[in-house]
Amino acid sequence: MDLLFLTEVVLSGLMTGVMYSLVALGFVLIFKASGIFNFAQGVLALFAALALYDFLAPEGWFNQLFGFTLPVPLAIIATAGVMVVVAWLIERLVLRHLVNQEGIILFMATIGLAYVLEGTGDLLFGSDVKPLDIGLPRGASDQLLDQYGLYIEKLEIVAAVTAALLVTVLAIFFQKTRIGRALRAVADDHQAALSVGISLRTIWVIVWAVAGIVALVAGIMWGSKSGVQFSLSLIALKALPVLILGGFTSVPGAIVGGLIIGVGEKLAEIYIGPFVGGAIENWFAYMLALAFLLFRPQGLFGEKIIERV
Amino acid sequence: MLYRETGQFKSSYTADQAIFPIAQDRWGLLATLAIAVFVVPLVIDDYLVNAVLLPFLIFSLAALGLNILTGYCGQLSLGTGAFMAVGAYATYKLVTAFPDLNLIIVVLLSGAVTAAVGVLFGLPSLRIKGFYLAVATLAAQFFLIWLFYKVPWFNNYNMTGQITMPTEYLFGIQVTGPGAAPTARYLFCLGIVVVFALVAKNIVRGRVGREWMAIRDMDIAAEIIGIKPLQAKLSAFAVSSFYVGMAGSLYFGVWLGAAEPGEAFGIDRSFLVLFMIIIGGLGSIVGNFFGAAFLILLPLLLKNLMVDGLAMEVVTAKHIEIVAMGTLIIFFLIVEPHGLARLWQITKEKLRLWPFPH
Repeated sequence: MDLLFLTEVVLSGLMTGVMYSLVALGFVLIFKASGIFNFAQGVLALFAALALYDFLAPEGWFNQLFGFTLPVPLAIIATAGVMVVVAWLIERLVLRHLVNQEGIILFMATIGLAYVLEGTGDLLFGSDVKPLDIGLPRGASDQLLDQYGLYIEKLEIVAAVTAALLVTVLAIFFQKTRIGRALRAVADDHQAALSVGISLRTIWVIVWAVAGIVALVAGIMWGSKSGVQFSLSLIALKALPVLILGGFTSVPGAIVGGLIIGVGEKLAEIYIGPFVGGAIENWFAYMLALAFLLFRPQGLFGEKIIERV
Repeated sequence: MLYRETGQFKSSYTADQAIFPIAQDRWGLLATLAIAVFVVPLVIDDYLVNAVLLPFLIFSLAALGLNILTGYCGQLSLGTGAFMAVGAYATYKLVTAFPDLNLIIVVLLSGAVTAAVGVLFGLPSLRIKGFYLAVATLAAQFFLIWLFYKVPWFNNYNMTGQITMPTEYLFGIQVTGPGAAPTARYLFCLGIVVVFALVAKNIVRGRVGREWMAIRDMDIAAEIIGIKPLQAKLSAFAVSSFYVGMAGSLYFGVWLGAAEPGEAFGIDRSFLVLFMIIIGGLGSIVGNFFGAAFLILLPLLLKNLMVDGLAMEVVTAKHIEIVAMGTLIIFFLIVEPHGLARLWQITKEKLRLWPFPH
C-alpha cells in the first residue's frame, strides 16, 4: 500500500474527525454544566444553519420583511443572537421546570426539543436542500496538491483551524473568566454552586447559548460542505461515538475522540470495507467506541466514575 | 365508593398474594378483556385494524419489553428497532424454511432468537453504565440493520432486499398474508399480548423482578446483598429482547406483511418505543398500554384534524404534527415525569374516597 495514499487517507480522516468534534463539543459543554445529555445538538446545528441561510438568501424571511439581506459577518452575528434567544427560550420553557429530574427524563425532553426545533425549522424555512455559501474556500488545496500530491479539501483545513481557535477561546473562557469559573463550579456540584450564590438559571442560559454558537460553527462547516438539509441533524448520531470515546465531560476528549473516530472510520472503510460489502461507516465508529469503552468505561478523558453505596 | 377494598377479607396466603388482590381490579380487567374479545370484533374493519388496533397491540408488546429492561432493570437501551428487526427476520427465515410450523411456535422461536442476540449485545452492560451504555446500544442498532441489508441470506437472496410474509394459517384460519380477515389478525395479536402481559406482571413481582429492581436502584448495594449482576442484567436483556423480538415478529408478520430493514426498523422506532415507556410510566406494566395508546392515537388524531378538518397540506400538517408531538412530550415530562401510570394510580386513590372525600 502506497505511503502517500495512506497519508492522504489519514489526513482526510483527521479533517472529518474535526468536523465531528465540532458537534461533540456542544454536547460536552451542556453535559458538563447541567448533566443533560443533549440529543438536540445536531438539530441546533441544523437550526442555526437554516437561520443563517435565511439572513443571507434573497428569498428568506428577513429579505421579505425588511427588503435587504445582511452581509456575511452581520448575518453570523445575527444568527448567534438567534441562538442566544433559543437558549433563553429553552431554559425558560423547558429546563426550568425539569430541575432535579432524572437524567433519562431530561434526555427525553431534549429529544422532544429536537422534534420541536426540527418541525419549526421546516415550517419556517422549508425542507429543501439549501446551498450555504459564506465565502469559505472550496475544492482541493492547490499548494498541497502541487508540492506533495496530497488531495485535501480547503474547507476541511478551514474547519480544522476554526475548531482549534474555538477550543482555545473556550479554554480561556472556562479557565480565566468569572463566568467560566461559575460554569465549572456548577459542573462540579449544583447545590454547592447554588449555596455560594451562583444562579443556576443564568448559567444554564449561558451554557446553552455557548452550545448554540458552537452549533452555529458546526452548522456553517457542514452546511458549506453538503448544503443545509435535514440530514444535518443526523450528524448528532455521528458525534455520539466521539463522545463516549472521549468521555462526556472532557473538551479535549471531544477533539481527540473526533480525530480517532475520523481516522478509524476512513481506514476501516478502505481496508476492511471491501471484505464485508462496504457502507460500514454507519456502525464502525460505534463498534470502535464500544471496544474502547470495554477497557475504559468512562471514555478516554472522562472523569473517573466513583460509585459509593 | 365503587372502588374500595374494604370488606374484602383474605383467608389464605394464596388469595393474599393473588396477582390482582382487589376485586374491582379483577372485574375491571375481565370486563376490558371481554370487550376486547367479544365487542371489538363486531365493529372491526381493515382501517381500524391497520391504523389503530394492531399498532397499539404490537407497540404495547415492544414497550413491555423495553420497560422490563429500562424501567425495571435500569439499563437504558436505544436498540429496540434493531431487536424488532431480529424478530422479524427470524420469523421470515422460520416460515420460509419450515412452512408447516405452527405460527405461535414461530413467534415464540423468533422471540428466543432475539433473546440470544439481546444477551450478546447486553454483555457490555456489565462494564458500561448509564448514557455510555445507551450509546453503546446504538452500536447494535446500526450494526444489525447494516447486517440485514448486506447479507443476502437473511432475505433469501431476494433482489429487492425486501422480506414478504407468506400466507400462514393457524388452526385452519388465515392469519397472515394478503386477504387475512381483520378479526383473525387482531385476535391473534391480542392473545399473545394478553398472555405475555400477564407473564410479565408475574415475572416482575417474583424473585427475578426483585433482583432487577435492586440492580436498578443501586447496583453496588444489590451486589453486596448477594445478587449476581451478571445474572440479573443478562436475564433482563434476555427477557426484554424476547418480548421485543415477538413484537417485531408480529409487526412484520401480521401487521406490515412486508418490510425493509432501514425503513421499518430504523432508530425512529427505538425512540418511539422509548417515548412510550416514558410517557406511559417507567417500571409499570399497565403504563406500556397507556403509552402505546397515547403515541399511536395522538398522531392519528392530529393528522385527521389538520388534513381533513382544517384542509391543510399534507406536508405542512406533517411538520406541525412533529412540533406538536415534541411539545406534548415536553409538556408531559414537565407535568408528570412518572407517566400516565402514575396518573392512573392517583385516580384510583381519589376513587377510593369518591364521592365522599373528607
